[in-house]
Amino acid sequence: MKKIECSNELRHKAEEIRYDIISMIAEAGSGHPGGTLSAADIGTVLFFNEMNYDPANPQWEGRDRFILSKGHVAPLFYTLLAHAGFFNRSELMTLRKYKSRLQGHPVSYMLPGVEVSTGSLGQGLSIASGIALACKMDKKFYRVFTLLGDGELQEGQIWEAAMFAAYRKLDNLCAIVDRNHLQIDGNTEDVLALEPLQAKWNAFGWHTIMINGHNISAILDAFREFNEVVNKPTLIIAKTVKGKGVSFMEDQAGWHGKAPKDDEVIQALSEIKARMDA
Amino acid sequence: MKKKDIQPIRDGYGNALIELGKTNPNVLVLDADLSTSTRTNWFAKKFPERFIDVGIAEQNMVDIAAGLSIEGKIPFVTTYGVFVCGRAFDQIRNTVCYSNLNVKIVGSHGGISVGPDGGSHQAIEDIALMRILPHMTVVVPCDHHQAYKATLAMAEMIGPAYLRLAREATAAITDENSAFKIGKAQVLTEGDDCAVFFAGTIGDEVMKAVEMLHKKKMYPTVINMHTIKPIDKKCIIQYAKKFGKIMTIEEHLQAGGLGSAIAEVLVEHYPVKVKMLAIFDRFGESGQPGVLLDAFGLSADKISKKIEQFITEP
Ligand SMILES: Cc1ncc(C[n+]2csc(CCOP(=O)(O)OP(=O)(O)O)c2C)c(N)n1
Ligand SMILES: [Mg+2]
Repeated sequence: MKKIECSNELRHKAEEIRYDIISMIAEAGSGHPGGTLSAADIGTVLFFNEMNYDPANPQWEGRDRFILSKGHVAPLFYTLLAHAGFFNRSELMTLRKYKSRLQGHPVSYMLPGVEVSTGSLGQGLSIASGIALACKMDKKFYRVFTLLGDGELQEGQIWEAAMFAAYRKLDNLCAIVDRNHLQIDGNTEDVLALEPLQAKWNAFGWHTIMINGHNISAILDAFREFNEVVNKPTLIIAKTVKGKGVSFMEDQAGWHGKAPKDDEVIQALSEIKARMDA
Repeated sequence: MKKKDIQPIRDGYGNALIELGKTNPNVLVLDADLSTSTRTNWFAKKFPERFIDVGIAEQNMVDIAAGLSIEGKIPFVTTYGVFVCGRAFDQIRNTVCYSNLNVKIVGSHGGISVGPDGGSHQAIEDIALMRILPHMTVVVPCDHHQAYKATLAMAEMIGPAYLRLAREATAAITDENSAFKIGKAQVLTEGDDCAVFFAGTIGDEVMKAVEMLHKKKMYPTVINMHTIKPIDKKCIIQYAKKFGKIMTIEEHLQAGGLGSAIAEVLVEHYPVKVKMLAIFDRFGESGQPGVLLDAFGLSADKISKKIEQFITEP
């Protein structure tokens, strides 16, 4: 996989990703734009700079593993896979349709590049820990990345996995929390408060890094830091804005799971296009 | 039968794991703080680097196993049936089965014969929960010999599987040479009076009941349905045709258990009357296993009476 090193190019790539995300959710008529857009910059850096993989050989043993724990942002995952060359971009427009490999939430036996089916929140960190443990047992050197929602952290299983990964010293494991402060019913701090979030993960024995999840160089730096950490798993808390990049969706809980229509699509795409052309 | 061969079937599981430890380097064993009860501690002692005690965290355990299986390991996830099938059902459904992963789930302590611990610890709905899942295989061995063979067979097959074990020491009704194949029902004794299907260690009581019936010159055919899924349709239909009615016996809720699974086949392919001996819409409770089995109508004595009634009624 050819990596994109330049921050500006990565920024541009993230906008291309956003453009396809909006297009495919609009075409599908349903989906989850909010958390998909908030994680677009993180996903772009992961797939086009940080991770090693081979789209021509999705099962290549040395690949880094990626687990999309918050499976509802499948459109982000699919767009990243398509842009990375796992399948043709035109297939993105089949999202959520009958017979499509692009199911509403990712299904591993249907689509190359998907390690495991997700959609039920709270499980990805455990699965990623299992993979990271197997990697250690086999004395291999790949790394395991997983993307979590912040609301998702309310699941008890997350904390079972947090204990497990730290106790097992899984320093090949990097979890990223999309800290957009919103879940379906509102602000996380109003529904079931997560703060002080970083202190909690520190107390669980993790190496934690807090960044602005829309700052490409900060994301790059965070992964660089993860690669230096020994004996501890790493948690990156990426502070983001839900719906980032589409003005009327930004920071609106209502855009968690709703597709844009007609004029909304035109406006969203033109805002993204304007940044791409700038 | 020669000398009585009495052992808990979880011992068969424990021994099979040791065998797998020697022969299959990919086999790993996970437990959630019950390794003494489940016998995984035997494996842990011999292969400590391949044993993972996850602590009291069943949901995490199932998904850790999912991750391990993605990397080619064959994890045997073990704890009490109630806890793994209930607490971690979503993990089994949405991750293990939906991704069709090679994870082996072992629920010890199935049935009311768990005894004094009471209803909270007696899995009587586990077969129902596991058999409804796509991709899942469900095996319920009848004794320690069969538990041993079933464990080895599960390691050989690819895909998710559930193995149900029990706590009590029960008499072996097969021996080390009996054939065992997942999906192939096992006829234990042929008789001309009726057909009785059972699954699990209740087979011990069933075979004692059959001995009692022999004294009364009644001869049931007894079939061990050790595999609930995929179920041996051919065998079920064959005996339904032969006798025109079927009896089922299990230490499980009637809803969704062996009897239900057999009835599903018959209703569609060859409708005949199905008489089910099972647990009816209630939880288990505390008591000595023998006392409980009798109270629930599943002791040899009660079973023999029911079979007799089944044979003689029009
Ligand atoms: C176990 C489970 N419970 C509930 C849901 C329904 N659900 C889908 S997304 C979501 C909110 C997720 O919020 P968050 O984790 O913050 O995601 P993001 O903001 O990144 O979209 C919920 C409750 C689910 N998918 N899984
Ligand atoms: Mg959120």
